Amino acid sequence: MPAFRAACLGGIYNNYLALEAALRDAHRQGVDAIYCLGDLGAFGPHPDRVFPLIHDHGVRCVQGNYDDSIGYGLNDCQCGYTDPRDNHFAQISYDYTFANTSANNRCWLKHLPQEIRFEACGQKVLLCHGSPRRTNEFLWESTTSTHFLEYLVKEADADVILATHSGIKWKRALSRDRLFANVGVLGRPENDGHTHVWYALLEMKSDAPPEIQFVPVEYDQRRLAREMREEKLPEEFVETILTGWWTTCLEILPAKERRRGRF
Amino acid sequence: MSNGLSSPWVHLGHLDDLWFQIAGTLCNLRCHHCFISCSPTNHSFGYLSLETVRRRLEESVALGVKEYYFTGGEPFLNPEMVPILEETLRYGPATVLTNATVLKEAWLQRLAAVERQSLYSLEFRVSIDGYSPETNDPIRGEGTFRRAMEGTRLLVQFGFLPIITIARTWPEEQDHDIRERFRRVLSEAGYERPRVKILPTLLLGAEVERSRGYAEHEQVTAQMMEEFDTGKLVCEHSRIVTDRGVHVCPILIDAPDSLLAENLADSLRPFQMSHGACYTCYQYGAICSNATQSGG
Repeated sequence: MPAFRAACLGGIYNNYLALEAALRDAHRQGVDAIYCLGDLGAFGPHPDRVFPLIHDHGVRCVQGNYDDSIGYGLNDCQCGYTDPRDNHFAQISYDYTFANTSANNRCWLKHLPQEIRFEACGQKVLLCHGSPRRTNEFLWESTTSTHFLEYLVKEADADVILATHSGIKWKRALSRDRLFANVGVLGRPENDGHTHVWYALLEMKSDAPPEIQFVPVEYDQRRLAREMREEKLPEEFVETILTGWWTTCLEILPAKERRRGRF
Repeated sequence: MSNGLSSPWVHLGHLDDLWFQIAGTLCNLRCHHCFISCSPTNHSFGYLSLETVRRRLEESVALGVKEYYFTGGEPFLNPEMVPILEETLRYGPATVLTNATVLKEAWLQRLAAVERQSLYSLEFRVSIDGYSPETNDPIRGEGTFRRAMEGTRLLVQFGFLPIITIARTWPEEQDHDIRERFRRVLSEAGYERPRVKILPTLLLGAEVERSRGYAEHEQVTAQMMEEFDTGKLVCEHSRIVTDRGVHVCPILIDAPDSLLAENLADSLRPFQMSHGACYTCYQYGAICSNATQSGG
C-alpha cells in the first residue's frame, strides 16, 4: 500500500451534529478508513442519534471508559475526575446518557475492543482511548515527557499511537519517525474560545514519516445548544458549546492547559 | 509498626513519577503535622545538588519517567532550586511542593520565563492548612498564613496557578465547607480561579504528637489487595531520590526499609506495604499526585 489516509475521531460525547459534519468532511477528503477512539456518549443530547451514523459510515470504534461504563451499566463514567464539582457535573451527564441509550446500543458498546491495531505502509498503528496501558489515563501535552512516549511506543510495539480522552489535541514526533498524537474530541470545543471542534487525519506513505493533520469541524452548535436545553442538560454545558470555554471538568487540567482557558 | 509476614508486596508498574527530596528535611517552618518532622534544625537528610539531580534526570530518560516532583523540607531553601527547575523543564513536567513563604520575585520571574519556553508545565503546590491565621497558624506557625498568602499572590502575579494543598485536620464531612471557604479567601486575595486539594494527614513524625500514630490494625493485608487497583498506590509508579539514595516513596523516607538502592535502575524492585502510612495511601490513593482531590 503506497499511501493510506484515515480519519481519526476522538470522543463524540453525543454530539451527533459534529459527527455528521466530521464524516462529511472525511469523505470529502477521500479517506481510506474512519476510526473513532471511544467515548460516544457524555455531555450532549440524544445519545442514540450517534449510533446509526457510526454504523452507516463503517466507523470502527475503540471502547472508551464511557462506553465501558454504559455497556456494563456501571454507576459512573470512570472519567477519572478527582474534584467534587467536576464529578458532580460528570454524574449528571452520565445519568442522562445512560438513561437515554437503548439496550441494543448499550450491548454494542459493551463489545467494543479496547484497542485497534493495523499496519499501513509498513508501519504499525495503535489506536486507544486514554493510553495503551489504561483506558482513562489523561495524556496532556504539558505533563507528558517525550521519553515517556518513547516508552509507550516501545512497550506497545507501535510506530504510531493515537489516543483521545483528555479533550485537547496535540502531537509529538518521536525517534525513528514514530509519532504520538492525541486526536482531540468532536464532543466539545477545546477551551480556546472557539466553538469548532476537531478530528485528525492520519496520513501514511511508504517513503515518508507518518503525519497527523488536525481538521477543524464547524457544525450547527446553536441547534445542539437548543437541544441540550430542551433535554434540561446543565446550562454550564451549553455555555461551553456556545462560547468554546470549558466551564466544568477544569480541575483535571495541568497548569499550561488551564491557563489557556477562561475559567 | 510492622507485622511483616502478611503484608502484601507491590510491584512497580512503571516509574511514572520521579521525586527529589531536594531540601532534605530542612525547612524554615516547624509544622505540627509534618510526617517527617522537618524543621530548621533537622539535618537527617540534606540538600540535593544540581549535579545529583542532573545525573538522575539523565538516568530517568531511559526509564521513560513521565513527571518530576520536588519536595522537602522547603525546596526553595536549596540555593540551587531555580537552576534545578530550569534544568528539569528540559526533560519533562515539574511540580514543586512549597510553603510559599520564602519565594522571591526574581526567582519567579526567571521560572515563569523558562516555563513559557518549555513544552512542559511547572506546577507549584502550596501548603496552607487553614483559611485564616486562626486556623492555619496554630499548625504551621505564627504569621505563616499571611506569608503563604503573600507567596501565593506572588505566584499568581507571575502567571502561575498554584494548587493549594490543605492537610485535613478536621472531620472529613466538613471538606465541602472548608474547600469553599478556602476558595473564597483565595479569590478575595486576587487568585481568581483557585485550585484546592485536600490531603489526609499521615500519622507519622510530628503528627503523632499532634493527634496520634497508626493503630495496630491500620495495616494493608493481602486480602485487602484482592481486586484493588494497585495503580492508586504511590509505590506502584514512583520513587524518590534523597542524599542517601533512592527510596520507595516520599512518605516513608524515615523508614530504613524504604531505601531501595543507590540508583534508579536498581530501585525498581517490589516493596512490602508493611507501614501504617501504606494504609492511608491505600485508603485515599493518589495523595501525592497533583489531582485536586485524593481519588478513591
